[in-house]
Amino acid sequence: MNFTLKIWRQKDAQSKGAFKEYKVENVSSDTSFLEMLDILNNDLVHKGEEPVAFDHDCREGICGMCSLHIDGHAHGPSQAVTTCQIYMRQFKDGATITVEPWRSAAFPVIKDLVVNRSAYDQILQAGGFVSVRTNSVPDGNAIPIPKADADESMDAAACVGCGACAATCKNGSAMLFVAARVSSLAKLPQGKVEGARRAKAMVAKMDELGFGNCTNTGACQAECPKQISIAHIARLNREFLAAKLED
Amino acid sequence: MGCFLTNSSLGRKLVMSISGCFLVLFILFHMSMNIAAIFSADAYNWICAMLGANWYALVATVILAGGVFVHFAYAFWLTWQNRKARGNVRYAITVKEKGVDWASKNMLLLGVIVILGLLLHLVHFWSKMQLQELLGNHENCLGLAVTDGAALIQYTFSKWYNVALYVVWLAALWFHLSHGVWSMVQTVGWANDKWYPRLKCLSTIVATLICGGFAAVVVWFYVQHLLANCSCCAGC
Repeated sequence: MNFTLKIWRQKDAQSKGAFKEYKVENVSSDTSFLEMLDILNNDLVHKGEEPVAFDHDCREGICGMCSLHIDGHAHGPSQAVTTCQIYMRQFKDGATITVEPWRSAAFPVIKDLVVNRSAYDQILQAGGFVSVRTNSVPDGNAIPIPKADADESMDAAACVGCGACAATCKNGSAMLFVAARVSSLAKLPQGKVEGARRAKAMVAKMDELGFGNCTNTGACQAECPKQISIAHIARLNREFLAAKLED
Repeated sequence: MGCFLTNSSLGRKLVMSISGCFLVLFILFHMSMNIAAIFSADAYNWICAMLGANWYALVATVILAGGVFVHFAYAFWLTWQNRKARGNVRYAITVKEKGVDWASKNMLLLGVIVILGLLLHLVHFWSKMQLQELLGNHENCLGLAVTDGAALIQYTFSKWYNVALYVVWLAALWFHLSHGVWSMVQTVGWANDKWYPRLKCLSTIVATLICGGFAAVVVWFYVQHLLANCSCCAGC
């Protein structure tokens, strides 16, 4: 398969970026999108050009490192997968594919397609944890948890923190990420104890870092590679407002 | 508490939600009041007299104006913050995400159309009724009694351009409410996956009821005007 790639190139955070066109030829349909970028980079290195910088790590959809806005979609046109899980057979032979970095003021571009997502780490540091003594793993049945609650918590915990939600949101809001983290802990007895403090601290940090206000468009949910529901945003609203009313 | 309603993104959204809920309840009441005009001019004028330059109506008017101001001021404030959060460089390619309503992404635009319609509405009705009463006048510039709301409705909606403007205004209001109603429930945290389809259905019903009710009055009086001036129906 042959493709024309329109890729955002930007030397560093201070430089002005622009799109540059590249041709990739004779790519197998079973090549993953990131492998295709590896092939392109190989060619560029052989030609003595600067390879395209992009984030990646596990390449199996669990680490949240890959990003990329491909043809208007966070993580490409497929649903419920990360960029590393899409394959070239999902594109038409001869297609022009536009690849952009996440666009959000809180995620500044570091180089080419790599953005700084440490804002999410800072939000987690503000309260996305359970303050308990960490010993050996306790017995699974020691604390009874209703199946529905455990399932809901696990659904929220599926968030890989990739940043697609804030990158997709027209308001640059990180609510789906914060909601997933708050919700996954709020549904468990171990996390519930600190629920009020956590919701307030994480929302305050999210606001401080300059993320936008959620207007419930649902675009984050539609583009989330882990299909996190906006019902978790409703829970975050509930947790936060209840905590504030108790102050 | 004051800080939370201004300093926190969730607090600001709560203000939008509560002020929006107040405005929805008001226009629901206003629509019900207007419907009376279709059935009886006297009944409508009796309601108008109740809501004239009485102290309780004036207090309610001030509270209502405050609600409108807060809702719109916060809308512009939130939008300004959101544009800043989005950054200066925008995507070259954008698509419509699956399941995302057009209205949800254009609430400010729809809101601006609604407020322009509201200003027109104030010129058409409030300035010729309650304002004239406050100024001590018994007649407005059209020569109609300031308490004769039914006659004013009849006059205003005998003009085709007013009918067209009100229909556009009400269409914008319908889209605004179709997202706004369920969104205010989501913002206060009462929604979940099971209730989203029900809440969105309820939003559509509320939006249709309100806008349909207002539109029915506009269309009814325009049709009455056409029939009254139709040469074919002159003998009827």
